Amino acid sequence: MNKPSIETLEKTASQVRRDIVRMVHAVNSGHPGGSLGCTDFLTALYFNIMDIKKPFDPDGRDEDMFFLSNGHISPVWYSILARSGYFPVSELATFRKLDSRLQGHPATEEGLPGIRVASGSLGQGLSVACGAAQAKKLNKDDKRVYVLMGDGELDEGQVWEAAMYAAHHKIDNLIATVDYNGQQIDGPTSDVMDLKDLKAKWQAFGWDVIESDGNDMKSVINAMTLAKSLSGKGKPVVNLMKTEMGAGVDFMMGSHKWHGVAPNDEQLATALAQLEETLGDY
Amino acid sequence: MTKFTYTDQKDTRSGFGAGLLELGRTNPEVVALCADLVGSLKMQDFIDEFPERFFQVGIAEANMMGVAAGLTIGGKIPFTGTFANFSTGRVYDQIRQSIAYSGKNVKICASHAGLTLGEDGATHQILEDIGLMKMLPHMTVINPCDYNQTKAATIAIAEYEGPVYLRFGRPKVPVFTPADQKFEIGKALKMIEGNDVTIFATGHLVWEAIEAEAVLAKEGISVEVINIHTIKPLDIQAIIESAKKTGCVVTAEEHQMNGGLGDSVAQTLALNLPTPLEMVAVNDSFGESGTPEQLMKKYGIDAENIVKAVKRVMKRK
Repeated sequence: MNKPSIETLEKTASQVRRDIVRMVHAVNSGHPGGSLGCTDFLTALYFNIMDIKKPFDPDGRDEDMFFLSNGHISPVWYSILARSGYFPVSELATFRKLDSRLQGHPATEEGLPGIRVASGSLGQGLSVACGAAQAKKLNKDDKRVYVLMGDGELDEGQVWEAAMYAAHHKIDNLIATVDYNGQQIDGPTSDVMDLKDLKAKWQAFGWDVIESDGNDMKSVINAMTLAKSLSGKGKPVVNLMKTEMGAGVDFMMGSHKWHGVAPNDEQLATALAQLEETLGDY
Repeated sequence: MTKFTYTDQKDTRSGFGAGLLELGRTNPEVVALCADLVGSLKMQDFIDEFPERFFQVGIAEANMMGVAAGLTIGGKIPFTGTFANFSTGRVYDQIRQSIAYSGKNVKICASHAGLTLGEDGATHQILEDIGLMKMLPHMTVINPCDYNQTKAATIAIAEYEGPVYLRFGRPKVPVFTPADQKFEIGKALKMIEGNDVTIFATGHLVWEAIEAEAVLAKEGISVEVINIHTIKPLDIQAIIESAKKTGCVVTAEEHQMNGGLGDSVAQTLALNLPTPLEMVAVNDSFGESGTPEQLMKKYGIDAENIVKAVKRVMKRK
């Protein structure tokens, strides 16, 4: 497979960011902050790191699979899926509207290609990813399972049940990433529920831990390449990925305030002026 | 029609264990998970033969439901095993989002349902599980009556594509259905034909209904007994047909009145054929420690209480 260059990936990410702000603006709802923060990661994952097949196979046999546990950042995932060719880019215009396949939070009910489980109620994705990774092992399928979680999401106890489970069962075809932006709805994670030494926590649970910068394309690629090289060695791998909420749109950056708020007309124009249209708006 | 007798008493959870073992041998996609209750769920035989297809989860039921959902992606048919309480109430949101809404082919197998768990008391005696599960879109809810039917149901649900809640229990109860009877999801079974009143029963209360029929027959009352092993999808046609014939009905189950079989039958009849109805079920109460027999008597869900309910409902005809 021909891997796109860093420059090409950055151009794609710019278009994805345009899609995100336009989608949430159009329905005056949705979650731009975390979506923008994870844009570089998901762009790298789908256009460079993962080995995926089209058309979409819900069972994901003999291909890498991705699960989004923090389902509220659906705008970035929808844009990435559309831009990867899973469904028409024009369908992004239906986001959060009646009769759309692009539900507020990702769902399988309407059959949107690219999605294998519903998410939104937090803390469940890592468990699902563990099961999917174990099914791959049973099927003698050597591809990997990727999952993204929010850092606020780590408040949920189920995440740690799954973390214990993955290490115990040596699920080493699983690569988890934490969107470590330090923000959650009510404020900084350090104020709301302090994560303390997150690296030590994951290590104590028996995981291989890597740390990265999630808003630098080269760093993302390097981190995920490292994660791949660590997998298959008896331990699950987690990437603690520092990101900036709202990355790419200056007035949305560095605050939890844009977690679940859409820009108005003027703010949209300001945001779009900062984001080059590289692949054509939907 | 057959008069039912039994020579053996067995726990329905052993029927599950036997069914799971058979599935292990016949369907390579079947896998099993358990949350630290292998002995109670009778899963050891499956584990001994198919260790690579079993996943111990520890005391972490929420994770178990998520892992089970994930295992379906790639074609596995996961059977989860824990007590009914921890299979439903404890993990409702996990089931709702990752399994039911996501349409995942998970079989949630729940033992120790209801009061007859016995001495452990109300913390473990869930009487709300049928209601919780039947409210979920896409969910099938099954409550078989004895060892044989539990085994047959376990095997049948592997053939069905979609999430299923299979409920069974701890104590030994009479085995009275044929070992070779095929289980048809959603198809009510007429156990005894009668004309004056219908008893719709589920789970081991079907046996109590059969005992009640014997008492009532001696008094000249002709009782129809129907085994509603599948609470969802409900066999609406069988219910309406029988109610039309007998003109009054009693429901019997080991569950809260709210949300149980009685509630489903009442809804069906109210919408289609309003019919006098009495419910034998636990009336908005938690259970307590005691033997299964003592509890069934105290909470009014034994044959004697079914007889009383029949007499009440016949006066309302």
